[in-house]
Amino acid sequence: MINPFEILETINMIDRENLDIRTITMGISLKNCTDPDVDRACEKIYNKITTYAKDLVKVGEDIEKQFGIPIINKRISVTPIATVVDALDNPDTDKCLKIAKTLDAAAKKVGVNFIGGFSALVHKGFTKGERILIESLPTVLANTDIVCSSVNVGSTRAGINMDAVALMGRIIKEAAEATKDNGGFACAKLVVFCNAVEDNPFMAGAFHGEGEGDSVINVGVSGPGVVKCALEKVKGEPFGVVAETIKNTAFKITRMGQLVASEASKRLGVPFGIVDLSLAPTPAVGDSVAYILEEMGLEKCGTHGTTAALALLNDAVKKGGVMASSYVGGLSGAFIPVSEDAGMIAAVSEGALSIEKLEAMTCVCSVGLDMIAVPGSTTAETLSCIIADEAAIGMVNSKTTAVRIIPAPGMDVGDTVDFGGLLGTGPVMPLSKYSGTDFVARGGRIPAPLQSLKN
Amino acid sequence: MRAVVTVVGKDRPGIIAKVSTLLFENNMNILDISQTIMSEDIFSMIMLVDMKSSVVADVSEKLAALASEIGMSIHLQNEELFNSMHRI
Repeated sequence: MINPFEILETINMIDRENLDIRTITMGISLKNCTDPDVDRACEKIYNKITTYAKDLVKVGEDIEKQFGIPIINKRISVTPIATVVDALDNPDTDKCLKIAKTLDAAAKKVGVNFIGGFSALVHKGFTKGERILIESLPTVLANTDIVCSSVNVGSTRAGINMDAVALMGRIIKEAAEATKDNGGFACAKLVVFCNAVEDNPFMAGAFHGEGEGDSVINVGVSGPGVVKCALEKVKGEPFGVVAETIKNTAFKITRMGQLVASEASKRLGVPFGIVDLSLAPTPAVGDSVAYILEEMGLEKCGTHGTTAALALLNDAVKKGGVMASSYVGGLSGAFIPVSEDAGMIAAVSEGALSIEKLEAMTCVCSVGLDMIAVPGSTTAETLSCIIADEAAIGMVNSKTTAVRIIPAPGMDVGDTVDFGGLLGTGPVMPLSKYSGTDFVARGGRIPAPLQSLKN
Repeated sequence: MRAVVTVVGKDRPGIIAKVSTLLFENNMNILDISQTIMSEDIFSMIMLVDMKSSVVADVSEKLAALASEIGMSIHLQNEELFNSMHRI
């Protein structure tokens, strides 16, 4: 029998330190659901999702009960919908909305809380369907509840599609306006990526990639609270001890993820894809990545030293987690979504954490500028410049970066936007007052960097 | 399946009697027990039990009701969870 202390340690992690499985995400390919007729395409999509995922929520709940581990979210990701739009006869915004409503209805029918993949990958250029899909996003996100969207605008191999960057600045602005009564909520469901990954289980950026099979189970673990509590026991110790403590904790967290992933895969009869080794915070007290950084000795997250602390954390999580799972993938790193992390919210409110520092932090962690509220008066061009900066960091460092930013309509620095639930509350952050309009207006493509030439 | 039942809380008479009666009434066989009193009066007991996986949800609910009745924290979890977390 297992040592009683180990058993109590596990129970303590779950009961007091917010250890949980953040998400079981079922990836479903829609490649065989395309049709020139939009109604027929929608019918195929609805039938496939509601058939494949019909037991997903129940299986998740059964595992939760039998193992006594909370599994917070059950979700679905699908093939980028641009593939479906491109196959339509005379695609337009109305048809895109029809498909999005079908996804919304199918996801609600099976009881998941988000469906991701209303997406387009345009890092090198647009197809007709991709452009129409992107143009439809403000309408789609404002008129559906749980559909999430992502657009990939750059990659290390292709460079950055600056036409797409310019377009996304405008689309984010319009999406915020379309949901102005809800603080620009549509923008919380829209991610702009560079180097998007194909097997990410986390929302809003999940989609079922081109290279994936018909269906797959990906699991995202969590546990910032567990890491923080483990570090409390090594106060004042040198960094070698800090890294070792994080690795040990990440190993245990990931083993739990691996167990849930293989169990879910077996029970659903769907192949296991990957475990995503991310530390994903929630607004709950004690479930914050910022507090881990502060536990390392920083007075406030965002002060000088934060980037180094985050680099150590991110690396140690991967080193500890990678041996605990047979397949590691997705985004795998520490998330720093401002509105979803109690410590980040506090740091921003107290003026300790700026957008410039967040940008620096995204160089050493997954993923990017995430869930950041900015003044409603921010121009589309400024949003595009922010996206371009993040995409450049991703492109040059061969890593995923993302921007999920909310220009909260009618709000300014000092105001707070409340998104509710896991999305939390975001203090509106100040931006540079100088413009990059002429920079964005150039258009075209930023060439791929030298490090893309690896062959 | 084999599951681990853990009972933790302030010590009082009758804890083992109540928990093991509930397990017996639900056809669960106790394979191993480890019980100790930590820091003067904190009762802690870990039991390894054999049970049907189909009744886990039902028994968990009954254990939760018992837990609030006697003011203890009680968990029922598949043994596999601990094996995977603590054994390579």
